[in-house]
Amino acid sequence: MKKSVFLGAATIAGLAAGAAMAGTVDDVKARGKLNCGVTTGLVGFAAPDANGEWQGFDVSLCRAVAAAVLGDANAVEFVPTTGKTRFTALASGEIDMLARNTTWTFSRDVDLKFEFTGVNYYDGQGFMVPKALGVSSAKELDGARVCIQTGTTTELNLADFFRANNISYEPVPIETNAEAQQQYLAGACDVYTTDASGLAATRATFEAPDEHILLPEIISKEPLGPLVRHGDHEWGDVVRWTLNALISAEELGVTSANIDELSAGTDNPEINRLLGTEGTLGEMLGLDADWAAKAIKAGGNYGEIFAKNIGEETPIGLARGLNAQWTEGGLLYSPPFR
Amino acid sequence: MSTMTDPPKADFRLSMLINDTRYRSLTFQVIAAIVIALSIWYLGNNLIQNLRAAGLNISYSFLGDSAGYDINQRLVEYDSQSSHARAALVGLLNTLLVAFLACITATVFGVIAGVLRLSNNWLVSKLMAVYVEIFRNIPVLIWIIIIFTIMTAVLPPPSAFRGENPTSSMLFGSFAFTNRGIYFPRPEFANGLFASAALNWLLVIAVLIGSWFVSGEVEKRATKKQEETGERPATLLPKLAIWLVPFVLLMIIMGLTWDVPELKRFNFSGGLNAGGPLIALWFALSIYTGAFIAENVRAGIQAISKGQTEAAAALGLRQGRIMKLVILPQALRVIIPPLISQYLNITKNSSLAIAVGYADITATLGGITLNQTGRAIECVLLLMLFYLTASLLISTGMNIYNASVKLKER
Repeated sequence: MKKSVFLGAATIAGLAAGAAMAGTVDDVKARGKLNCGVTTGLVGFAAPDANGEWQGFDVSLCRAVAAAVLGDANAVEFVPTTGKTRFTALASGEIDMLARNTTWTFSRDVDLKFEFTGVNYYDGQGFMVPKALGVSSAKELDGARVCIQTGTTTELNLADFFRANNISYEPVPIETNAEAQQQYLAGACDVYTTDASGLAATRATFEAPDEHILLPEIISKEPLGPLVRHGDHEWGDVVRWTLNALISAEELGVTSANIDELSAGTDNPEINRLLGTEGTLGEMLGLDADWAAKAIKAGGNYGEIFAKNIGEETPIGLARGLNAQWTEGGLLYSPPFR
Repeated sequence: MSTMTDPPKADFRLSMLINDTRYRSLTFQVIAAIVIALSIWYLGNNLIQNLRAAGLNISYSFLGDSAGYDINQRLVEYDSQSSHARAALVGLLNTLLVAFLACITATVFGVIAGVLRLSNNWLVSKLMAVYVEIFRNIPVLIWIIIIFTIMTAVLPPPSAFRGENPTSSMLFGSFAFTNRGIYFPRPEFANGLFASAALNWLLVIAVLIGSWFVSGEVEKRATKKQEETGERPATLLPKLAIWLVPFVLLMIIMGLTWDVPELKRFNFSGGLNAGGPLIALWFALSIYTGAFIAENVRAGIQAISKGQTEAAAALGLRQGRIMKLVILPQALRVIIPPLISQYLNITKNSSLAIAVGYADITATLGGITLNQTGRAIECVLLLMLFYLTASLLISTGMNIYNASVKLKER
């Protein structure tokens, strides 16, 4: 007994030991590798491909940050985290940043002492039901059994939504998307609810996608974004502005195809500042002058990353929707590089 | 001649702590204890300091906050506005419920399988050997998932009960076996003696306990009579009457009716419902641990000398009575200590409930609450405390029972 208490305490203390460090930028440079927390596997967002290489929308952000800081998009150690382990891994310093479709909420930002460095995907919670049920609105779901991934913000929204509309439901807690799919298709639950992007991705894998509909209600805002530990502002700036660089690059028309050409210098001062041919933005961040150029080269600009991993040409088939540039009616808006 | 004096008092020297075997073991134990205490203190202090440096602190105040999530199976009142502490309580009761049910059924399975494995019938004993080996050698998590998957895949969804020509129909018009669990009628009292349903049920339980006492008394009297006169009076009819008459009378007085489950828009409602996760977890834990208990029972029976069986047979006892009256009571002394471990295992293994979505304490406090609040260290410490307490309580209870059946040595 003594031994197990000792080991338990050792584990906890060991985890916490790294928490108090400052200067993550220097740590990452010294280590020569970025430790990036991702999901344990959600195709399109973060999952290893057939060759064991991590691929996906969130993974691309990790690679961009690694390229900006270390100049090498492959200098990333991907740490798979579950909904349960993600925050402990970040708080303890096991990972330098978390890019794992995590919703930016008040308590995570304030109480858990994390810092969200922006939004890389604007999502919202939706419902999927079989067409045969004849349901056309989420408000008709009184008495339904709802499959829900536990420990997520969607779980809380679900409780709030049904409570606010004064209807009842029976939650069926499940751990993973795969499990939800099996339960839903077996008819063990009437409804599956999660982020609308996840529903679309899941429905796309069904044998008969036409037999299932997404209800019109989107009951929550789910801004998903990367986060770092609170208090290390230099590191927070690096991650924030790497994401902004990818978004700005799309807005300014900088792509992985034309970036070499543009890096030689252009007429547009903002592109010049972004790519480091003018001004000292890189120096202010404590990075090389061409940090943003490297980040964009790693996987392309935001639009390219989106199209390659989760866009309409992929099996996931998500439209840009809210995630279009502000100039095209979306919410993506990077502060100016000046 | 010198006079006898007291032997010189061995004066204590510091080196004796190492060299003298009387003190040496003590010395090392004290040193070990100090080192362990210091390490724990150091690590704990390190943890607290680092948390503080990160702007965090160990705080249990989140337990009072509103939990915000719903739980599908609850033995006490709970809704999404209840506190995290309440959610933990719901989970705790669910853990205890499934552990209690599984302990009982695992014991039944185990005793039957253990006895049958020693059967002279080749087929029966080999069948039991196959059962024991298959279940003992595959992890319980796999069994839980297999049983749950088979249940959801094989049993029909509620929609199969719908329509003019449903593909499934309810057993006796009142039992529905679906992939969401089993729905069955709930007894209700039309004119109960008390306003609250719980009090009415307490009354029923009280009557049953009364019957149990009285029938025990009848049995005792019969044994006494047998010892005095050598003849045992028939007890079956009186006992049957003692059990049935008050119970049936009470049911008639209180007006027993049944609330039969009905298919509503999405689901069956009304009646009682044993959820799929509970059934899968309960069955898997019982049948898995049952295999281990079977081995304990077999070991216990084999520990009793064959001479006991032969002696009992020489007295003219039949096989069944030899087992019941001679072998098993002695075997219990060997069976119970390892049985305690199996009960602890059931309780701890019930934490695998999360695999099938059963809301035990690991799922509520250690899963959703931990996730929603991010208070990992606090939640895990509470979980450890709970499982430790539960295990020690079960162990104490079973050890008291063990003390009452073990060989009395004087």
